[in-house]
Amino acid sequence: MEIVLAFTVGALVAGSVYLLLSRNLLRLLFGVILLSNAVNLSIFLVGGLTFGAPPLIAEGRSVLEAPYANPLPQALILTAIVIGFGLLAFSLVLVYRGHQEIGTLDGDALRLAEPPETPAAGGGATAIPTQDRSAA
Amino acid sequence: MNWLVAAPILIPMATAALTGLAWRSVPLQRALTLAGMTALLLAAIALLLQVQHGRILVMQMGGWAAPFGITLVADMLTAIMVLVSALMALAVAVYSLGDIDPVRARTGFHPVFCALMVGVGGAFVTGDLFNMYVWFEVMLIGSFVLLALGGRKEQLDGAIKYACLNLVATAALLLAVALLYGVTGTLNMAELALRVRMVPNQGIVTTIAVLFIVAFGMKAAVFPLFFWLPAAYHTPAVAVQAIFAGLLTKVGVYALLRTFTLIFTGDTGWTHGGILMWIAGLTMLAGVLGSLAVRDLRRAWSWQVVAHIGYMIMGLALYTPLAVAGVVFYLVHDIVVKTNLFLGAGVVRRLGGSADYAGLGGLFKAAPLLAVLLFVPMASLAGFPPLSGFWSKLVLVQAGLEQQSWAIVAVALVTGLLTMALVGRVWAEVVWKPHPDGDIAGTAALPAGQRLALVAPLVLLSGITVAIGLYAQPVMDLSSRAAADLLSPEPYIRAILGEPPPPPVLVGELP
Amino acid sequence: MMNSLILQTATRLLLGLMILFSVFILWRGHNQPGGGFIGGLIVAVAFALHALAYGVRAMRKLLVLDPRTILAAGLALSILAGFVAALGPGGLFANPYLEGRWFVTYTPAGEKSFAIGTPVLFDIGVYLVVIGGILAMVQGLMEED
Repeated sequence: MEIVLAFTVGALVAGSVYLLLSRNLLRLLFGVILLSNAVNLSIFLVGGLTFGAPPLIAEGRSVLEAPYANPLPQALILTAIVIGFGLLAFSLVLVYRGHQEIGTLDGDALRLAEPPETPAAGGGATAIPTQDRSAA
Repeated sequence: MNWLVAAPILIPMATAALTGLAWRSVPLQRALTLAGMTALLLAAIALLLQVQHGRILVMQMGGWAAPFGITLVADMLTAIMVLVSALMALAVAVYSLGDIDPVRARTGFHPVFCALMVGVGGAFVTGDLFNMYVWFEVMLIGSFVLLALGGRKEQLDGAIKYACLNLVATAALLLAVALLYGVTGTLNMAELALRVRMVPNQGIVTTIAVLFIVAFGMKAAVFPLFFWLPAAYHTPAVAVQAIFAGLLTKVGVYALLRTFTLIFTGDTGWTHGGILMWIAGLTMLAGVLGSLAVRDLRRAWSWQVVAHIGYMIMGLALYTPLAVAGVVFYLVHDIVVKTNLFLGAGVVRRLGGSADYAGLGGLFKAAPLLAVLLFVPMASLAGFPPLSGFWSKLVLVQAGLEQQSWAIVAVALVTGLLTMALVGRVWAEVVWKPHPDGDIAGTAALPAGQRLALVAPLVLLSGITVAIGLYAQPVMDLSSRAAADLLSPEPYIRAILGEPPPPPVLVGELP
Repeated sequence: MMNSLILQTATRLLLGLMILFSVFILWRGHNQPGGGFIGGLIVAVAFALHALAYGVRAMRKLLVLDPRTILAAGLALSILAGFVAALGPGGLFANPYLEGRWFVTYTPAGEKSFAIGTPVLFDIGVYLVVIGGILAMVQGLMEED
């Protein structure tokens, strides 16, 4: 079972890297989703897999009796999912707003914050247009 | 039990909740934020007084004993970091009175700013690796919102790049934490320090250590993982830029410093002397060259943030008591100076009407006192004696010479020289050169209240920079003590796990 | 806003049911699967459904409070729940933050009948934070249309 999960994680990571390399921002975000799922699965995997032994204290007992599944990974994964969900929801809103305002989803076309250097024609710094004077 | 340890989390969190409830009234939000950050500063001073004689404060959250619960712990390094960041938070909160317009305030600047400070404080005091990941994410989501606040096109552009690259960094950090948990079976940092030594295959530990370098390095903006920083840091409101430049990357450096003195010390020749050393040198050079290549004041300072992360990584890479003390000193110096530089650039832009060199100038004629005030952080950045930047660089260079690491010392000195060239250039372009539009108005043109809010933080931070320079010895003493605690972590481990520390279970026998 | 009669009628029916179910999940979360986070998600989904059916403005009217206020109130409640531990046995601030404090009633026979504690308070705080946070995002996403 561990082997199967390990290969699943590998496949997810491979898929996510393929998507992350895309210029399209939406694909990039999908890549991040796959990546975070792969990481969550690997937390599950490193915590050790135990079949059919939930870490619940049996009726009438006061302590857990071995064998039981490691209860920590599910807490970690749940936290990671919650955080990932929040970050991702915000990023989606951000990309959506970016698409509305800037009108593109192409990562290469996003050059507003770092405008490409125009070759200095008239010589020196004076040739650079003061593009954000209006925003001051 | 000492509740002071939880103060760096609880005070900003309570402030965030209260300002969130008061979101209709901007004046009330401002008053609450100022009060909250003042309380945080007082708590930070109390914390430093408590730990100054080597005491280590520990609190087990919810009464769950370590290593099962979440431990909060404050030693000297934590106390110093909390104090400096509380000072910056207060300075930026004052600056925001004059900088953040009511529209931005109503869309949530104040609660989110406090939430960001929750993340920063939490990352400093936590003694649990997974918890540290959580605080990093709190910080990250706060920074997302602050970056996008206002919603100008340029800002959205920067925020998208920042968000995408940091999401990948988050996944890397989580994976590193997961793998470390897999081989040791614990997440408590003190217990990790004991258990990683017992892992039979030390090669795996080193591999995980490298993954941590990637994850924290991405947060700290080191070479070659820094590209999100110059893409985004210059776009948001000035107060936001300043707190980002002052604190966010430094939390990454703190995390590296903590984990690579406490946990990953098994193969220092490879992780510290090898990888971190190369990263340090390349970060310094890439940052300083980048800062010389741009013609925009705020973008130049953004690149300088990257360059000076390199110095701190260099100290960690040298890994001697003197070098680590130098890192702590450098952290204090750099947080103050970077915050000050960005706040100053904000004032310059307000007066000159641009952040481009081409649209700036004439500052000396318009506001000579302000120009002198701006000279302090710039000179400290370049390392002019007797300011704080000189001493912190001196300590690191001295540590490098002791280790006979000639190459990194040479890189550090060249970077210092190039930084000096940048400072000279900025001085000529912004202060001395006549303004392209003729004479500009000085600070007297601003309304009195706004002038006070914008200039008072500059005076405070420049004063701190001068004070650290003139009284370098007390700061150096504190840094040396923090470094000594970091390099012999037994008291730290004992304070958390109890006396004597329980013998770690052999790894590989997880239930 | 979809303007579909089926969706609108179903939403009117589902909204109340989902909120009731979320309270049940919140309450049961103490010793069984469930809890504030999941409960909060259910409420948020219910209101998001309402926003889809009737538009985001109607949803906001139904909610009465601003989502951000709900978020902040939840956060404040969770912080306060942790502070109850400060009053605990052994003097002021003697016990760590977030330590559970319980109020227990007993049956005449001496058995525990009803117990409520600070963890429940904390969970209600989480419930409110999740509702407020997600609805704030839903509002942000849907307002432009």
